[in-house]
Amino acid sequence: MTEPTPQDQRRQEEKLNREPRDAAFWAQRVERLEVSDVPEGAANLNVQGRREVGALQGFGQLWQKTYRVRLVGIETTPEEVVRVWKEHFPEFQPPNSRFYPSMAGVAPGEVLFISASVGGMPVYTGVRVIYADDESFTVMTPEGHPESGWNTFSAYQDDDGVTVAQIQSLSRANDPIYELGFRVVGSTEQERIWTHVLKTLSAHFGVNEPVTLEKVCVDPKVQWSHVMNIWQNAGARSMLYTMATPIRWIRGLIGRRNP
Amino acid sequence: MPEAQVKMNVRSAGEKASIIDVQGELTAFAETVLMDAYNQASDGRVRAIILNFEDLEYMNSSGIGLLVTLLIRINREKQRLLTYGLSDHYRSIFQITRLDDAIAICDSEEDAVRAANSA
Repeated sequence: MTEPTPQDQRRQEEKLNREPRDAAFWAQRVERLEVSDVPEGAANLNVQGRREVGALQGFGQLWQKTYRVRLVGIETTPEEVVRVWKEHFPEFQPPNSRFYPSMAGVAPGEVLFISASVGGMPVYTGVRVIYADDESFTVMTPEGHPESGWNTFSAYQDDDGVTVAQIQSLSRANDPIYELGFRVVGSTEQERIWTHVLKTLSAHFGVNEPVTLEKVCVDPKVQWSHVMNIWQNAGARSMLYTMATPIRWIRGLIGRRNP
Repeated sequence: MPEAQVKMNVRSAGEKASIIDVQGELTAFAETVLMDAYNQASDGRVRAIILNFEDLEYMNSSGIGLLVTLLIRINREKQRLLTYGLSDHYRSIFQITRLDDAIAICDSEEDAVRAANSA
């Protein structure tokens, strides 16, 4: 093999440094999540200072779940569906899974706060938008979130020219407590949430079609090397925070009486 | 559904490794092409798969998901996955998605082949 010439090397460097088409769609890299603006009603608990975790960092089995609804009978484009989805994202969620976007909304790098109730237990956490273009957006979870991985919300046209809205989740339970919870009841609850989202989205367009679900267990092995994720469990921390509410209230009262 | 806008070429890199040259776009539509390339690249003796991203033009988050499923499959075969040719932008994406925790990023083909054959 001949040695590359200086010209070849320069061309290679130019190629590596040229900004690719997807550059604007990806969030910037951050070491830890930093939140400056907390939307009204949201709790900045289990978000600030957390690292993001992907499908390789969780504890439980790795599942890919794909939910789809065909928007039959209407003329709309994938871009329009995703535009509406981004604009109304919180409204399409069920009451026990509330999302609070920042002022910038669903855009690369933005954090969406979450206040959820799982089996009656409060879970305060969030997700960050790591990718967003005209036809999809993807959120990634932080340490402590029930899942370690990402969800992609997208729309495309199928072979029949019908616009399909899709949610695809690729994630593991973050720690053993969540894994047990998912196996017992959480998985069904999660599926109910995303089904609700797609039903509500499609109802926005005047469509009432069934939501289909494909589940694939990509990796059936749990990752014991990540068992210590349990220390970041947002559910446990949220519960402690909620239990301590009366104490905070009393301290606040004392503080106001003795300024 | 749109066709995959990607081509993949498989070549040998010594006894223990194969290289897959990725040319074009890595999105959800590339799944079949990628898995076919992996099947071609992997035989009983290959211990490492090297992805060459020098001609990668575009990657979205679904493309990252593909790499995860490929990695799981490779690990199941007790093989390793390495990469080279990533621009600064795509290296950053590997860091954002924390793929760099499990996929080695090398600076050149030589480095990748050396690392693959030395394990």
